[in-house]
Amino acid sequence: MVKLVIEAGQVNRQYFKDILAYRELFLLLAWRDVLVRYKQTIIGIAWSVLRPLLTMIVFTIVFGRLAKMPSEGVAYPILVFAALLPWQFFSSTVNEGGNSLVNNASMISKVYFPRIIIPTTAMIVSLIDFLISILILSALMFWYQHVPTWRVVFLPMFLGLAAIAAMGVTYMISALNVKYRDFRHVLPFIIQFGLYISPVGFSSTVVPDKWRLIYSLNPMVGVIDGFRWAIVGNTPMYWPGFFISVGLAVLLLVVGFGVFRRMEREFADVI
Amino acid sequence: MSIIKVENLGKKYIIGHDLNPGGAYRSRSLRDTLTHTARGFYQRLRHPLSPNTENTEIEEFWALRDLQFEIEPGDRVGIIGRNGAGKSTLLKVLSRITEPTTGRIEISGRVASLLEVGTGFHPELTGRENIYLNGAILGMTRGEIKTKFDEIVDFSEIEKFLDTPVKRYSSGMYVRLAFAVAAHLDPEILIVDEVLAVGDAQFQKKCLGKMEEVGREGRTILFVSHNMAMISNLCQTGMVLNEGKLEFFGQASDAVTRYYQNTNQRDAAHKREFKSDTAELLGAELVGLSNLSDLTIHDGLTVRMRYRLKRQIDGKCVPNFHFFVSDGSYAFVDSAKDVTNMPPGIYRAECKIPRQFLNEGAYFVGVALTSYFESGSFKIEFFDRNALTFNVVDPMDERSNRYGYGGPIPGVVRPRLDWSIAKESQ
Repeated sequence: MVKLVIEAGQVNRQYFKDILAYRELFLLLAWRDVLVRYKQTIIGIAWSVLRPLLTMIVFTIVFGRLAKMPSEGVAYPILVFAALLPWQFFSSTVNEGGNSLVNNASMISKVYFPRIIIPTTAMIVSLIDFLISILILSALMFWYQHVPTWRVVFLPMFLGLAAIAAMGVTYMISALNVKYRDFRHVLPFIIQFGLYISPVGFSSTVVPDKWRLIYSLNPMVGVIDGFRWAIVGNTPMYWPGFFISVGLAVLLLVVGFGVFRRMEREFADVI
Repeated sequence: MSIIKVENLGKKYIIGHDLNPGGAYRSRSLRDTLTHTARGFYQRLRHPLSPNTENTEIEEFWALRDLQFEIEPGDRVGIIGRNGAGKSTLLKVLSRITEPTTGRIEISGRVASLLEVGTGFHPELTGRENIYLNGAILGMTRGEIKTKFDEIVDFSEIEKFLDTPVKRYSSGMYVRLAFAVAAHLDPEILIVDEVLAVGDAQFQKKCLGKMEEVGREGRTILFVSHNMAMISNLCQTGMVLNEGKLEFFGQASDAVTRYYQNTNQRDAAHKREFKSDTAELLGAELVGLSNLSDLTIHDGLTVRMRYRLKRQIDGKCVPNFHFFVSDGSYAFVDSAKDVTNMPPGIYRAECKIPRQFLNEGAYFVGVALTSYFESGSFKIEFFDRNALTFNVVDPMDERSNRYGYGGPIPGVVRPRLDWSIAKESQ
């Protein structure tokens, strides 16, 4: 028989065991979020296709045609789309995940389960959108007759880095959002700001060399450069910057997880 | 060996200036925290040697304190207490929703808690999808839900609407489906918070039956309710909580008696004051109860309040009684008739509740005094919403008009009206 001991201040002892025990709930919640996302929308899943496609067109016109940014020897749409893939994955994870605890307040105050699975499910939903976007990218590459090199096999590694960065930010913001609803208003700002300071619409080679290292303090710079390196093929990789991005992404995750665990104890009382 | 062992359990809430009536604190805005911290810091700078001033703004509130009890396997335990006594907090701590501040709990077995039916139901999802989702939230595995799926659908009586989004359900259907999922949980310990007060009478009966069945199977149930009849029917053991402390633990019937005794005694003493510049409540009591708190549906009783009018006013001071049922909704209100302008003095107002009028269940009586002025305006002098409580029971004798039916008869009132049946033709 299962024996459970709840002791003041010691509740987190079986934390990781619990996460494992509740994996089915995690999958079901992810499945719920995917199902719900496009219910009662007319074109349904087509939104997942339309959003990145329209963004790509706008960015191509603004940065490629009007600003005449360098295109690294590929069609500008491919350059943009290779960056949009991880950026949309990151931003939608943070956006959905950041509000997820507040949106599931009734569940949190009425039943027990490891709370961390709620913001984590946001990533699964974004992952599905990501996979759809990969298909669009393939179509684009086919259209422009762009053949990727062997480097494309490293794509999952860069996706993993994006996930680490996204979860770090998501854990932190979702937990803070429970106590301070200000973060609900801060969130869209962070995401918009992030879009401008990340090299989504342009290649990071336009950043002067002496600033490259500092520019890489944004973990998404490493992720996006990595995606371009793997997909576009002939862009050089700025490795020192990449490792800084990796280090910062891991740091973000550790801090975010720590904040979450510390604040988690009072979620049910505060939400 | 006991299945639940609680030692020294306490739960403290820190309440700041933004206390809400629920006792917990709502989300503070970032600004509050920032200004608070900044102010504290500034104070430190100005008076580095003074004691910490921040603490004065923070108040501690113990929702539970020094709880100690053991529950044996198969026990059905009713938890009773006034609003704010800590019942819900206890359930939340036991079901791990919130963490205790002090003490230790040992639980040997799977726990399922039902603090609300339909937790996690998503309006956009169909009934079928919600069964899986809700089941998982309540702690069932997918395999378990699959094997019980048909039973759940059967119990909820919604098979025709299984593939309709639940947002299109009537509230009755919604509740039935939600309860059906919950009723098919298979935990060793079931924690229930008055969710049975839902649905129509027939469905309630079905739910009660299910609860009894669960109890017979030897599972442990912890049950919070204001419905004393239900507690004494369903539970053997009772627990009375008062202001976060365990006041009584023993036989369910004794617990119920103890609860009423306490509440009515406390009200006789009237520690809290209800008064205005014009009038003051001196006391309230119930006259004519058979044993402390119980009243059969065949008996009447008298509600009495004593109050002082301190000065003559240009209007009429009208005493009124407010009757509430156990879920907190109004049963009825009645005001004294033929009230005139009265000179200062001490008054006693009585009101007779006729026999064969109220239905089974717990009633709460609020006592109030309202002044009505010539100008048409009025003013509430005092209103003690929770002044008195009593319990009405059905002795199930021939006067109960039950013809052998044993289930609940719905309604706030249960009058015996004049009936006649005459034969008109063959």
